[in-house]
Amino acid sequence: MPWYNADLHIHTCLSPCGSLEMSPRRIIARACERGLQVIAITDHNSTRNVQVCMECGAAADIMVIPGCEVNTQEEVHCLCYFPHLEALEQFQEYLDRQIFDIPHDAGRFGYQVAVNADEQIVFEESRSLFTGIRDGIEALEKVVHDLGGVFVPAHIDRQVYGLLSQLGFIPQELACDALELSRRITPVAFIRSHPELEGRGFLQSSDAHRPEDIGSLHTRFQMEQAGWDYFRKALLEQRFEAMNVPPVKKDGGW
Amino acid sequence: MKTNLRLLAKELGLTCLAGDAFLDRTIEGAYVSDLLSDVMGKANAGMIWITSQVHRNIVAVSSLKELSAIIVVNERPVDPVVLAHAEEEEVVILSSGLPAFETAGLAFNLINDN
Repeated sequence: MPWYNADLHIHTCLSPCGSLEMSPRRIIARACERGLQVIAITDHNSTRNVQVCMECGAAADIMVIPGCEVNTQEEVHCLCYFPHLEALEQFQEYLDRQIFDIPHDAGRFGYQVAVNADEQIVFEESRSLFTGIRDGIEALEKVVHDLGGVFVPAHIDRQVYGLLSQLGFIPQELACDALELSRRITPVAFIRSHPELEGRGFLQSSDAHRPEDIGSLHTRFQMEQAGWDYFRKALLEQRFEAMNVPPVKKDGGW
Repeated sequence: MKTNLRLLAKELGLTCLAGDAFLDRTIEGAYVSDLLSDVMGKANAGMIWITSQVHRNIVAVSSLKELSAIIVVNERPVDPVVLAHAEEEEVVILSSGLPAFETAGLAFNLINDN
Protein backbone atom coordinates (compact mmCIF):
# COMPACT_ATOMS: atom_id res chain seq x y z
CA MET A 1 0.00 0.00 0.00
CA PRO A 2 1.47 3.40 -0.95
CA TRP A 3 2.55 6.12 1.47
CA TYR A 4 1.38 9.70 1.09
CA ASN A 5 3.20 12.78 2.40
CA ALA A 6 0.88 15.07 4.33
CA ASP A 7 1.11 18.48 6.00
CA LEU A 8 -2.15 18.87 7.91
CA HIS A 9 -1.67 22.22 9.62
CA ILE A 10 -1.39 25.17 7.24
CA HIS A 11 -2.66 28.72 7.78
CA THR A 12 -3.70 31.07 4.98
CA CYS A 13 -3.87 34.86 4.82
CA LEU A 14 -7.22 34.57 6.64
CA SER A 15 -5.44 33.83 9.93
CA PRO A 16 -4.35 37.10 11.56
CA CYS A 17 -0.89 35.64 12.15
CA GLY A 18 -0.68 34.19 8.60
CA SER A 19 1.41 36.04 6.03
CA LEU A 20 -0.50 37.80 3.23
CA GLU A 21 1.67 35.70 0.92
CA MET A 22 -0.26 32.63 2.07
CA SER A 23 -2.70 32.74 -0.83
CA PRO A 24 -4.27 29.48 -2.02
CA ARG A 25 -2.23 29.61 -5.22
CA ARG A 26 1.08 30.07 -3.37
CA ILE A 27 0.24 27.37 -0.85
CA ILE A 28 -0.53 24.79 -3.54
CA ALA A 29 2.57 25.73 -5.55
CA ARG A 30 4.74 25.35 -2.48
CA ALA A 31 3.12 22.05 -1.53
CA CYS A 32 3.94 20.72 -5.03
CA GLU A 33 7.56 21.88 -4.75
CA ARG A 34 7.90 20.21 -1.37
CA GLY A 35 6.56 16.85 -2.53
CA LEU A 36 3.38 16.92 -0.47
CA GLN A 37 0.38 14.97 -1.76
CA VAL A 38 -2.07 15.79 1.01
CA ILE A 39 -2.48 19.07 2.89
CA ALA A 40 -5.09 20.52 5.23
CA ILE A 41 -6.08 24.16 5.52
CA THR A 42 -6.52 25.09 9.17
CA ASP A 43 -7.13 28.77 9.83
CA HIS A 44 -7.98 30.07 13.29
CA ASN A 45 -11.73 29.91 14.01
CA SER A 46 -12.70 30.26 10.33
CA THR A 47 -12.99 28.11 7.21
CA ARG A 48 -13.61 30.82 4.61
CA ASN A 49 -10.45 30.20 2.57
CA VAL A 50 -10.82 26.43 2.35
CA GLN A 51 -12.95 26.00 -0.77
CA VAL A 52 -10.64 28.00 -3.03
CA CYS A 53 -7.65 26.02 -1.71
CA MET A 54 -9.48 22.78 -2.54
CA GLU A 55 -10.15 24.02 -6.07
CA CYS A 56 -6.50 25.05 -6.58
CA GLY A 57 -5.40 21.73 -5.06
CA ALA A 58 -7.63 19.67 -7.37
CA ALA A 59 -6.10 21.39 -10.40
CA ALA A 60 -2.62 20.44 -9.15
CA ASP A 61 -3.50 16.90 -8.04
CA ILE A 62 -3.05 17.72 -4.35
CA MET A 63 -5.65 16.47 -1.91
CA VAL A 64 -6.81 19.36 0.29
CA ILE A 65 -8.62 18.32 3.47
CA PRO A 66 -11.06 20.98 4.68
CA GLY A 67 -10.18 21.99 8.21
CA CYS A 68 -9.98 24.58 10.95
CA GLU A 69 -7.85 25.28 14.03
CA VAL A 70 -10.34 26.17 16.73
CA ASN A 71 -9.41 27.96 19.94
CA THR A 72 -11.72 26.60 22.68
CA GLN A 73 -13.07 28.32 25.79
CA GLU A 74 -10.06 26.94 27.69
CA GLU A 75 -7.75 28.39 25.00
CA VAL A 76 -6.74 24.96 23.74
CA HIS A 77 -6.04 24.89 19.99
CA CYS A 78 -7.73 21.95 18.26
CA LEU A 79 -7.42 20.80 14.66
CA CYS A 80 -10.75 19.82 13.12
CA TYR A 81 -10.88 18.01 9.77
CA PHE A 82 -14.02 17.42 7.70
CA PRO A 83 -15.06 14.96 4.98
CA HIS A 84 -16.48 17.50 2.50
CA LEU A 85 -17.55 21.09 1.94
CA GLU A 86 -21.13 20.50 3.13
CA ALA A 87 -19.90 19.47 6.58
CA LEU A 88 -17.48 22.39 6.56
CA GLU A 89 -20.29 24.84 5.76
CA GLN A 90 -22.30 23.55 8.71
CA PHE A 91 -19.23 23.91 10.86
CA GLN A 92 -18.80 27.52 9.70
CA GLU A 93 -22.40 28.23 10.77
CA TYR A 94 -21.50 26.81 14.18
CA LEU A 95 -18.37 29.00 14.33
CA ASP A 96 -20.37 32.11 13.43
CA ARG A 97 -22.53 31.48 16.52
CA GLN A 98 -19.53 30.59 18.64
CA ILE A 99 -17.04 33.40 18.14
CA PHE A 100 -17.30 36.53 20.25
CA ASP A 101 -18.08 39.83 18.59
CA ILE A 102 -14.72 41.38 19.48
CA PRO A 103 -13.59 43.84 16.78
CA HIS A 104 -10.39 42.83 15.03
CA ASP A 105 -7.46 45.26 15.00
CA ALA A 106 -5.67 44.49 11.73
CA GLY A 107 -2.93 47.04 12.48
CA ARG A 108 -1.85 45.17 15.59
CA PHE A 109 -2.69 41.57 14.76
CA GLY A 110 -2.55 41.32 10.96
CA TYR A 111 -5.12 41.04 8.18
CA GLN A 112 -7.92 38.46 8.13
CA VAL A 113 -8.80 38.17 4.48
CA ALA A 114 -10.22 35.50 2.20
CA VAL A 115 -9.09 35.60 -1.43
CA ASN A 116 -9.98 33.96 -4.72
CA ALA A 117 -7.74 31.86 -6.95
CA ASP A 118 -6.44 35.06 -8.57
CA GLU A 119 -5.36 36.39 -5.15
CA GLN A 120 -8.01 39.10 -5.06
CA ILE A 121 -9.55 39.84 -1.68
CA VAL A 122 -13.18 38.70 -1.58
CA PHE A 123 -13.90 38.88 2.17
CA GLU A 124 -12.47 40.50 5.28
CA GLU A 125 -13.41 39.17 8.72
CA SER A 126 -14.14 42.06 11.10
CA ARG A 127 -14.37 39.92 14.25
CA SER A 128 -11.22 38.75 16.00
CA LEU A 129 -10.45 35.16 15.01
CA PHE A 130 -7.82 34.81 17.68
CA THR A 131 -9.78 34.55 20.94
CA GLY A 132 -11.37 31.44 22.43
CA ILE A 133 -14.88 30.47 21.30
CA ARG A 134 -17.87 30.12 23.65
CA ASP A 135 -17.80 26.29 23.78
CA GLY A 136 -15.42 24.16 25.81
CA ILE A 137 -13.24 21.46 24.28
CA GLU A 138 -15.63 18.52 24.86
CA ALA A 139 -18.55 20.37 23.22
CA LEU A 140 -16.35 21.16 20.21
CA GLU A 141 -15.21 17.54 19.92
CA LYS A 142 -18.85 16.37 19.79
CA VAL A 143 -19.76 18.91 17.10
CA VAL A 144 -16.81 17.79 14.96
CA HIS A 145 -17.63 14.10 15.33
CA ASP A 146 -21.36 14.68 14.72
CA LEU A 147 -20.38 16.24 11.37
CA GLY A 148 -18.34 13.13 10.52
CA GLY A 149 -15.05 14.93 11.15
CA VAL A 150 -11.76 14.12 12.80
CA PHE A 151 -10.61 15.81 16.03
CA VAL A 152 -6.93 16.36 16.88
CA PRO A 153 -5.68 18.63 19.71
CA ALA A 154 -2.87 20.77 18.24
CA HIS A 155 0.76 21.06 19.41
CA ILE A 156 0.01 19.48 22.79
CA ASP A 157 3.64 19.84 23.91
CA ARG A 158 3.60 23.65 23.66
CA GLN A 159 3.57 25.88 26.72
CA VAL A 160 0.80 28.04 25.25
CA TYR A 161 -2.51 27.07 23.62
CA GLY A 162 -1.78 23.35 24.06
CA LEU A 163 -4.03 20.77 25.70
CA LEU A 164 -1.49 19.82 28.36
CA SER A 165 -0.50 23.37 29.35
CA GLN A 166 -4.09 24.58 29.59
CA LEU A 167 -5.75 21.51 31.11
CA GLY A 168 -2.85 19.65 32.76
CA PHE A 169 -3.74 16.28 31.25
CA ILE A 170 -6.01 14.81 28.58
CA PRO A 171 -9.58 14.55 29.90
CA GLN A 172 -10.73 10.91 29.92
CA GLU A 173 -13.99 11.66 28.13
CA LEU A 174 -12.32 13.50 25.26
CA ALA A 175 -12.36 11.42 22.05
CA CYS A 176 -9.15 12.46 20.29
CA ASP A 177 -8.53 10.73 16.96
CA ALA A 178 -4.83 11.60 17.20
CA LEU A 179 -2.59 14.13 18.96
CA GLU A 180 -0.40 16.70 17.23
CA LEU A 181 3.13 17.51 18.39
CA SER A 182 4.95 20.72 17.50
CA ARG A 183 8.18 20.84 15.49
CA ARG A 184 10.11 21.29 18.74
CA ILE A 185 9.95 17.62 19.73
CA THR A 186 9.80 14.11 18.29
CA PRO A 187 7.23 11.50 19.36
CA VAL A 188 10.01 9.39 20.94
CA ALA A 189 11.27 12.31 23.05
CA PHE A 190 7.73 13.30 23.96
CA ILE A 191 6.84 9.81 25.20
CA ARG A 192 9.89 9.88 27.46
CA SER A 193 8.34 12.73 29.44
CA HIS A 194 4.74 11.51 29.01
CA PRO A 195 4.87 7.69 29.25
CA GLU A 196 1.12 7.63 29.97
CA LEU A 197 0.52 8.57 26.32
CA GLU A 198 2.45 5.64 24.87
CA GLY A 199 0.45 3.97 22.11
CA ARG A 200 -1.40 7.14 21.08
CA GLY A 201 -1.06 8.29 17.49
CA PHE A 202 1.01 11.43 16.98
CA LEU A 203 0.88 13.72 13.96
CA GLN A 204 3.42 16.35 13.00
CA SER A 205 2.78 19.17 10.57
CA SER A 206 4.40 22.48 9.77
CA ASP A 207 1.84 24.89 11.34
CA ALA A 208 3.00 27.07 8.45
CA HIS A 209 2.31 30.79 8.55
CA ARG A 210 4.71 31.62 5.67
CA PRO A 211 5.13 29.84 2.31
CA GLU A 212 8.68 28.72 3.12
CA ASP A 213 7.43 26.83 6.19
CA ILE A 214 5.04 24.56 4.27
CA GLY A 215 6.24 20.96 4.39
CA SER A 216 9.12 21.78 6.77
CA LEU A 217 7.98 18.62 8.56
CA HIS A 218 5.26 16.14 7.68
CA THR A 219 3.35 12.98 8.52
CA ARG A 220 3.22 10.10 6.08
CA PHE A 221 0.02 8.07 5.76
CA GLN A 222 -0.37 4.61 4.31
CA MET A 223 -3.57 4.68 2.25
CA GLU A 224 -5.08 2.73 -0.64
CA GLN A 225 -5.44 6.06 -2.40
CA ALA A 226 -5.80 9.76 -1.63
CA GLY A 227 -9.33 10.32 -0.34
CA TRP A 228 -11.17 11.19 2.85
CA ASP A 229 -12.38 7.67 3.71
CA TYR A 230 -8.89 6.23 3.20
CA PHE A 231 -7.36 9.06 5.22
CA ARG A 232 -9.78 8.57 8.10
CA LYS A 233 -9.23 4.81 8.07
CA ALA A 234 -5.45 5.21 8.05
CA LEU A 235 -5.72 7.65 10.94
CA LEU A 236 -7.96 5.45 13.07
CA GLU A 237 -5.85 2.36 12.34
CA GLN A 238 -2.69 4.33 13.08
CA ARG A 239 -1.19 3.67 9.69
CA PHE A 240 0.86 6.87 9.79
CA GLU A 241 4.22 8.08 10.94
CA ALA A 242 5.20 11.57 12.17
CA MET A 243 8.36 12.76 10.44
CA ASN A 244 10.20 15.71 11.94
CA VAL A 245 11.76 16.46 8.53
CA PRO A 246 10.56 17.63 5.09
CA PRO A 247 9.39 14.92 2.69
CA VAL A 248 11.78 13.64 0.03
CA LYS A 249 10.37 14.05 -3.44
CA LYS A 250 10.92 11.05 -5.67
CA ASP A 251 12.02 11.45 -9.30
CA GLY A 252 9.61 10.44 -12.02
CA GLY A 253 6.40 10.78 -10.07
CA TRP A 254 5.05 8.70 -7.23
CA MET B 1 -5.15 31.17 63.88
CA LYS B 2 -5.60 30.14 60.27
CA THR B 3 -8.78 31.20 58.56
CA ASN B 4 -11.22 28.72 57.07
CA LEU B 5 -13.37 28.55 53.94
CA ARG B 6 -16.56 29.51 55.77
CA LEU B 7 -15.09 32.82 56.97
CA LEU B 8 -13.54 33.46 53.55
CA ALA B 9 -16.89 32.87 51.82
CA LYS B 10 -18.64 35.24 54.26
CA GLU B 11 -16.08 38.05 54.00
CA LEU B 12 -15.73 37.88 50.20
CA GLY B 13 -19.41 37.19 49.48
CA LEU B 14 -18.67 33.88 47.76
CA THR B 15 -21.34 31.38 46.79
CA CYS B 16 -20.64 27.71 47.44
CA LEU B 17 -21.32 25.66 44.30
CA ALA B 18 -20.00 22.31 45.52
CA GLY B 19 -18.62 20.73 48.69
CA ASP B 20 -20.45 22.80 51.31
CA ALA B 21 -19.88 19.96 53.81
CA PHE B 22 -16.18 20.91 53.85
CA LEU B 23 -16.27 24.63 54.60
CA ASP B 24 -14.42 24.13 57.90
CA ARG B 25 -11.21 23.43 55.95
CA THR B 26 -8.40 25.79 56.85
CA ILE B 27 -6.56 27.88 54.25
CA GLU B 28 -2.79 27.61 53.96
CA GLY B 29 -2.35 30.26 51.28
CA ALA B 30 -3.54 30.94 47.75
CA TYR B 31 -2.51 30.50 44.13
CA VAL B 32 -3.83 32.33 41.08
CA SER B 33 -3.54 30.70 37.65
CA ASP B 34 -5.63 29.58 34.69
CA LEU B 35 -3.06 27.08 33.42
CA LEU B 36 -3.74 23.71 35.02
CA SER B 37 -0.23 22.43 34.32
CA ASP B 38 1.11 25.45 36.25
CA VAL B 39 -1.17 24.72 39.22
CA MET B 40 -0.11 21.06 39.16
CA GLY B 41 3.51 22.16 39.34
CA LYS B 42 3.39 25.08 41.76
CA ALA B 43 0.36 25.05 44.07
CA ASN B 44 0.65 23.44 47.51
CA ALA B 45 -1.76 21.43 49.65
CA GLY B 46 -4.25 23.51 51.62
CA MET B 47 -4.15 26.46 49.24
CA ILE B 48 -7.20 28.06 47.69
CA TRP B 49 -6.95 28.31 43.91
CA ILE B 50 -8.33 31.41 42.20
CA THR B 51 -9.12 30.85 38.50
CA SER B 52 -11.43 31.51 35.58
CA GLN B 53 -11.01 27.93 34.31
CA VAL B 54 -14.19 25.89 34.59
CA HIS B 55 -13.17 22.76 32.68
CA ARG B 56 -13.82 19.53 34.62
CA ASN B 57 -10.07 18.88 34.91
CA ILE B 58 -10.01 21.55 37.67
CA VAL B 59 -11.62 18.99 39.98
CA ALA B 60 -8.90 16.38 39.37
CA VAL B 61 -6.12 18.94 39.79
CA SER B 62 -7.61 20.23 43.05
CA SER B 63 -8.04 16.70 44.37
CA LEU B 64 -4.52 15.66 43.30
CA LYS B 65 -2.90 18.69 44.98
CA GLU B 66 -5.21 18.49 48.03
CA LEU B 67 -6.18 22.11 47.61
CA SER B 68 -8.54 23.69 50.11
CA ALA B 69 -10.96 25.05 47.49
CA ILE B 70 -11.31 26.37 43.95
CA ILE B 71 -12.63 29.92 43.61
CA VAL B 72 -14.09 30.56 40.17
CA VAL B 73 -14.08 34.30 39.45
CA ASN B 74 -16.43 36.63 37.55
CA GLU B 75 -19.39 34.34 38.29
CA ARG B 76 -18.32 32.13 35.40
CA PRO B 77 -20.97 29.42 34.98
CA VAL B 78 -19.80 25.95 36.00
CA ASP B 79 -21.33 22.91 34.30
CA PRO B 80 -23.53 20.77 36.64
CA VAL B 81 -21.51 17.70 35.57
CA VAL B 82 -18.36 19.38 36.92
CA LEU B 83 -20.13 20.28 40.18
CA ALA B 84 -21.40 16.71 40.63
CA HIS B 85 -17.88 15.43 40.02
CA ALA B 86 -16.56 17.89 42.62
CA GLU B 87 -19.08 16.64 45.21
CA GLU B 88 -17.90 13.05 44.59
CA GLU B 89 -14.26 14.04 44.98
CA GLU B 90 -14.92 16.22 48.06
CA VAL B 91 -13.64 19.27 46.19
CA VAL B 92 -15.03 22.65 47.25
CA ILE B 93 -15.95 25.08 44.45
CA LEU B 94 -16.79 28.65 45.42
CA SER B 95 -17.98 31.36 43.04
CA SER B 96 -16.84 34.98 43.22
CA GLY B 97 -18.73 37.86 41.62
CA LEU B 98 -15.48 39.81 41.37
CA PRO B 99 -12.62 39.56 38.88
CA ALA B 100 -9.48 37.60 39.84
CA PHE B 101 -7.48 40.66 40.97
CA GLU B 102 -10.12 41.89 43.43
CA THR B 103 -10.86 38.36 44.65
CA ALA B 104 -7.17 37.69 45.25
CA GLY B 105 -6.67 41.09 46.95
CA LEU B 106 -9.49 40.52 49.43
CA ALA B 107 -8.37 36.94 50.08
CA PHE B 108 -4.77 38.11 50.61
CA ASN B 109 -5.83 40.60 53.27
CA LEU B 110 -8.05 38.09 55.04
CA ILE B 111 -5.45 35.32 55.06
CA ASN B 112 -2.70 37.64 56.33
CA ASP B 113 -4.88 39.30 58.99
CA ASN B 114 -5.85 35.96 60.52
